[in-house]
Formats: sequence, structure tokens, C-alpha cells
Amino acid sequence: MIKDIHNWLFSIMPEGVASITEMVLIATAYLILFAVAGLYLVYLERKVAAWFQLRLGPNRVGPFGLFQTMADALKLVSKELTSTDRIDKFLYNLAPYFVIIASLTALAVFPFSKQFQAFDINIGLFFLIAVSSMGVIGILLGGWSSNNKYALIGAMRSGVQTISYELSVGLSLLTMVLLTGSLQLSEIIEVQRTGGWLILQGHVPAVIAFMIFMIAGTAETNRAPFDLVEAESELGAGFHTEYSGMKFAYFFLAEFINMFIVASIAVVVFFGGWLSPFGITEGITWFPEVLWFLIKVLIIILLMMWFRWTFPRLRVDQLLTLEWKYLLPINLVNIVFMAIIIWLNWTI
Amino acid sequence: MESTVKGSLKTEEYFINMGPQHPATHGVLRLILTIDGEIIKNVEPDLGYIHRSIEKMCERDSYQQIVHLTDRMDYLSSHINNEAVCLVVEKALEIEVSDRVKVIRTIIGELTRIASHCLWWGVTGMDLGALTTYFYAFRDREMINDIFEETCGARLTMNYNIPGGLMFDIHPNFVKRTKEFIAHFKTKIPEYDRLLTGNVIFHKRTKGIGVLSKEDAISFGASGPVARGSGVSCDIRKIHSYSAYDRVDFNEALLTDGDCFARYNVRIQEMWESLSIIEQLIDNIPEGDIITPTKAVIKLPKGEYYQRVETARGELGVYVNSTGTKNPYRFKFRSPGLSNLSVINSLSKGSKIGDLVAIMSTIDIVVPDIDR
Amino acid sequence: MSYFSEIYNGIKTLLTGMSVTGHYFVRARKGALTQQYPDNRDTLKMFDRFRGEVIMPHDEFNEHRCTGCQKCEIACPNGTIEIIWDRGIDEVTGKKKKKIDKHIYHLAMCTMCGLCIEACPTDAIVWAQNYENSVYDRTHLTKILNQPGSKVKAGIED
Repeated sequence: MIKDIHNWLFSIMPEGVASITEMVLIATAYLILFAVAGLYLVYLERKVAAWFQLRLGPNRVGPFGLFQTMADALKLVSKELTSTDRIDKFLYNLAPYFVIIASLTALAVFPFSKQFQAFDINIGLFFLIAVSSMGVIGILLGGWSSNNKYALIGAMRSGVQTISYELSVGLSLLTMVLLTGSLQLSEIIEVQRTGGWLILQGHVPAVIAFMIFMIAGTAETNRAPFDLVEAESELGAGFHTEYSGMKFAYFFLAEFINMFIVASIAVVVFFGGWLSPFGITEGITWFPEVLWFLIKVLIIILLMMWFRWTFPRLRVDQLLTLEWKYLLPINLVNIVFMAIIIWLNWTI
Repeated sequence: MESTVKGSLKTEEYFINMGPQHPATHGVLRLILTIDGEIIKNVEPDLGYIHRSIEKMCERDSYQQIVHLTDRMDYLSSHINNEAVCLVVEKALEIEVSDRVKVIRTIIGELTRIASHCLWWGVTGMDLGALTTYFYAFRDREMINDIFEETCGARLTMNYNIPGGLMFDIHPNFVKRTKEFIAHFKTKIPEYDRLLTGNVIFHKRTKGIGVLSKEDAISFGASGPVARGSGVSCDIRKIHSYSAYDRVDFNEALLTDGDCFARYNVRIQEMWESLSIIEQLIDNIPEGDIITPTKAVIKLPKGEYYQRVETARGELGVYVNSTGTKNPYRFKFRSPGLSNLSVINSLSKGSKIGDLVAIMSTIDIVVPDIDR
Repeated sequence: MSYFSEIYNGIKTLLTGMSVTGHYFVRARKGALTQQYPDNRDTLKMFDRFRGEVIMPHDEFNEHRCTGCQKCEIACPNGTIEIIWDRGIDEVTGKKKKKIDKHIYHLAMCTMCGLCIEACPTDAIVWAQNYENSVYDRTHLTKILNQPGSKVKAGIED
């Protein structure tokens, strides 16, 4: 189907204009996907949180409360964009866009199914990690330009946290790249089609790498036990104290999309992307493989939500201790371990 | 504000208000913090946001009317507050209440203590970030509230005691419901332990934080679980027994570490002890009168009278100075919250902001108790 | 060595905690405690002794039991009850007797302590189980408990 649209476009317009139009169309499709996914992830979070807490979630607006986030989005759009007058205007307005752009760019590289991948470059995984570190700049700018003590403390804490945990994310993914030999995301899935999911291929070091990746990924998105930045029942509301209305919505949505991105990376690298388990639907051609991808991503997102609603928060210095004294040394040892296993051909 | 020059970097201390409206300060309490970076240098509580002049109102009310004002002081142990006023009036008039009244007062007092500790547990989890503990605690507290609603008619401000006994008899379903609750709750406390007490993150947040030494606990006048966590044995139910506490067998929860984790464990232990007290009393509530009649207008003989009780927060003392008329001359409440709150400055010097929240939640204050 | 045992114990306690919440998650449908309030008004029943507001029951002849003794007004701690009374000639015995004109009850000030109901010698006022008392205009909360045209039941002091 995508090939047909591609050919039609190229037939009615000169080549340069056609490729630009194609890119604009794809970008619009991703924007819509981003918005819808963000909205429904918020709804899902509220429902799942309610089920953990022995109550029903939103269930009045629309059937099963499905339109709740639409109502919330409408409310946020109609809010007044307040700001104080001693803020740094340019940086204050620029900050939300950094986080949105970082998340959107990262969404573009994912292989949702065999045909559905916008941008399949050969440094896929490396590109992903690089782009998601751009989001930190948005948070730091937001906190600094708000001219507010609490926002500054919150932004600095968040910056430190994100920068430290990126190391662990990168190293645990590197462990799996040793198995596949390539950074290109579709290649990684090819290796898993023939040899079984990577988490099974690499047995012990892969499981350790997965656990480290889940912890570090949750910390990257400022969620769950590491959320002293946003759920500060201690000091105000962190770096987005001074934002209201649509700009706040940007930060908020970007956080949920980041959760989606971390879960997608885990699914692609550890659990086989859009492949079906044991190849049961390989032969059926009309089966949309994107469904397997979504199911796996939803399970990982459920795991992240489970962390959030069960554990108390870590203090900021304990968070950094966790990273530098526990996760990093284990990660480095794990890489060596994986290398030894591959060299001795002990993979499955 | 001091500024110090460390090496080549100039730092300053700054003030932050953990203001009257705040999700972590259990009521309208204003704390003025002086912070240097992340370390707290000084904490000053600013009280009075919910002062309602209860002690002054007591001077114009008759003794039966004073009881309903004490409900609203420490609203989580409202029954025990009512009991304190009734006991002091009965002590002054030298009337004996029947055994049935004593046993029922004890049972309802212990149920109130469990309800208060349940809410405390839920809120502690919520302050530290584990948001589901709040809901599980309230589910159990609902069962206790249903017991109270069926018997007394109200869930929080019960006004069921009057000087001389109880307002009306307990409902026929009271014993059955309480037994169901005990059976249900005995399976829940281990669940609370698995969810929060054993958690490694929780240990890191509370062990070794806010250590209160035994001498400090005594010199600040702390009472209740705050003092018992530091090794001071001060349970009024054992030392100056009242109602039916002298005929039940229970242990006092005493730990010596003095940190937040010790205070937490003291309260969990107290929940188990309360369950065992109720179990010993619920099967044989003696028959008897519900009320020993007093005159309609109660006048205490001239003099000063004092009575102490053990609420869920600590020791509540009631002092009456009467000149023989139908209104007291002076009615003073020694509230446990005020003395417990005074330790907060020495506990949190040198710790971080995150620790302050953990310390506040284990001291467990209820601000209307402090401000009256 | 304690490094590794620390990590192992830590992870074990985290997994126990997760098992508790996970247990509730899978029983979410049946275990949910939410009562969907405005929809379940028909089946929601309060307990008998629930303290909603104070009412004065009238029987089928529009008679109440309040003799105007003012014991409830004296017992009330904050002046929630006001009684407007007058002395009139009783029809049956021909003697002068107190009778009430209006028994005013300020619901906005009532603390639901129950002292008035305990003090009443003829059980004229009782608790109602009505908890939906919000109004748009505060003057609607000043209620007059005796209905217009009603009179006290004969022979109630005996």
C-alpha cells in the first residue's frame, strides 16, 4: 500500500517536490501517531493505576472512559499560558520543543513491522541513544529559565539523573550488539528471526543486561522509583512549576512517549520486535505483525507501571550511588562475560 | 543569611517555606527551612493556622458539651479524647462506672488506635512515594468506620462517651463485626510488611535517619511511639491504667535504635498488640448498666483534677480547674503533638530534604492537635 | 561478598512487594471498592443510627410531640436550636400551657453531637439519615422543624 502511494506521488509531481511531499506526509502520520499514542498511554496509566489500587479508573466520559484524555487535552489547550515577568523569554518558550523533537525523532527509526519503518539507517541503535539524550537539554533549559528556586533544583537533579543513567542504557545495549554484530535495527530483528529471541540466545548475560536496561530506562524517563523530579511531594512540582496549558502538556506527553520509546527499544533488542513467538504466524500473510509489536510493548509498559505503583522513591544521592557503584560495574563485567561466551561459542 | 566562601565558590544559605498547604505535612503546618545546598541547617515550625480556641470555648460550655469539642482536636483518636474528659469528670465526681462501660470503652479505644495507625501507615507510604499503600490502608479503615457507624452513628467525630457512661448501648451486630474485622486484619498486617516494611528502598530511606537518643526524648517530653522507638518506656496504659486495661495482658512495644525505622516498627507492633487486647475482651463483655446517672447540670467540686490517657500519638493530659460552678474555670489539654513536634529541629539538622519528609511522617503529628 | 548478598536480598524484597500489588491487579474487577455514587442511590442504605440531620416526625394527624420544654435548646453547645414559644390556653384542661410557635434548627451550625436528642424527654426529635444537604442559598439551611398547622399530641406529658 505504501508503495502505491509512493509511485502515485512520483508520477504526478517533479521528483524533488514529490520526495518533499512524501516526507511531509510521513511526518504528519507520525505526529498523529505520537499524539494518539500519548493520549491513550495516559488513559492506560490511569486505568492500570486504578486497578492496582482497588478502584475503577475513569469510566464516565465515553464508553469505559475512553474519551477522558480528549477532555483533558481540550482543557489544557484552553488554559491561559501564564508566565512570570522575570523569566528568560526565549529559553522559556524553546524548552518544551526540545523534548518533543527528541522524542519524535526517536520514534522515526523504529521497525514497527516489516514494511513500516520510516528511517532504516545502519547506525540505528546508536542514533536512538544519541537522540534521546537531547531531551535533557529541554529539561535543563526549562528549569533554568523559570527563574524559580524549586524549578532550578528539580532541573539540576533531573539533569544529573539522566546523564548518569544514559551510561547504563548504552552499555547494556552494547552487550546485546555483541551478539548481533550490527547496529541496524532491522538487522537485529533478522538475527532474531533465525536464531530465536536475543534474550534467549544470550541466556545469563542477556537477562542481566535486560534487568539493568529496565532499571536504567525507568530512570531515564524520570518515572517510578526515580521520580523525585516530578512527583515531588517535597518541593513544589520540579522543573515544570512555571509552565501551564499547552507547554505543560508537551512535557507531560513527552514523558509518556519516552516510556513508549524505552519499551520499544527493549522489545526490539531483547524480545524480537515484530516477530511472533516460535514463529506461529510466519505463514499467514495478512496478519499484521505490528500487532505483535504492540502487544510486547504493552507488556513492558505494564511492567514499568507496576514498578511505579509499588516502590517508594529513592533519594537523590541514593540514586546516584545505585548507578555508579552498582549498575556500572555490573554492566562492565557483564560485557566481558558476554564476550567470553560468544568467543567460546556457548550461545544457544 | 550567611554566605561562606568555600575555596573559590561562594555559597549562601537560603530559606524555603514548606508552606501551610503542602502534600507532606499532614495538616496546615508551616515549616521554615534554612537550607545550604541540599543540607538542612535549621527547621522552625510556625503554628497557629488552625487554632480554634477550644480551651476558651470549654470555659463557657457545660461538661457534657465539652466532650464534643475534644472530638475535633486529634480527630484520628477521637474516642480516646472523649474518654479522657469523661474520666476526669468521673474522677472528680467520684462515681464508678459499670464494668460493661469500661470494657466497651477499651474495645472502641483500641479500634480507634488501629484505625489511626492504619491511616498513618498509608500516609507514610504515600509520602515516600509508594502511592498504593494509601488505598490498601483505607480499605481496612473502612471496615472499622463501618463498625463505628453502626454503633455510634458517626465515622470520625463520634461523641459516644458522656460523663457517667455511654450515650446508648452498642448495636447487636457490634461483636460479630468486630470479630470479622480481627480475622480479616490479621491477614493484612503481614501483607503490609511484605509491601513496605521489607522493601530495600524503604530501608534505605528510613534506617539511620533521624536518630533520637533516649536522653533527648526524655528532655523534649516526647511520648508515645516517638519515645518508645528510642527506648523510653512510657505507655500510660501500663503505668497509670484506666478503664479495663488492668485486666488484659499485653506487651509494650519498645525498641532502642531511635531512628525512623524503629518508630515505624513500634507502631506496627502496637497494631498487633491492639488486636490481641480486643481479642481478649470481645467475647465476654459483661452485662450491666450503660450509664451511671449524674445530675443534669454537672458541677465539679472545687479543686484541680488531672487525667492522662494514651492516644495513638502519645500521652494526652486533661487538666481541670473548677471553682464549683457549672462551667470550669480553666480547662487545659496537654497535647502529645506539640511535644513530639519539638524534636524535629534536632533530628533534622544535617540531613537532606528528602529525609525531612521521612522524619515528619514517622513522628506522625496531626496539626489540629497541636493548635487546638 | 556482602556486595552480592546485598544485591540479591534487595531484589528479593522488591519482588515480594511487586507480588502483593500484582495480586490485587489480577483481581481488580471483583476487588474494586469504588461505589459509583450518583448511580447507586436506589440501593445505598445508611445504617439505622446514622447521624444525618435532626427532624421532628409528625404522625398522620399532623401532630408532633414537642412540648416546648426547651431542654434541647439548653443542651445544644452552640445555639443551633432556637425555640419560639408562647403561653396559651390548653383546650382540654383549660390551664395555661407552653406551646411552640416555631422550632428553628440551623443545619449550617449543627455539629451532629446528639446532645439535643438525648435531652428531649418526649422523643420529639430524632435522627434522619439524609446526607444530601447542599443548597445554593445559605438561608435554606435554616429549617423549621414543626410543620405548619401542626399541634402537639394530646396527653404527651404523661
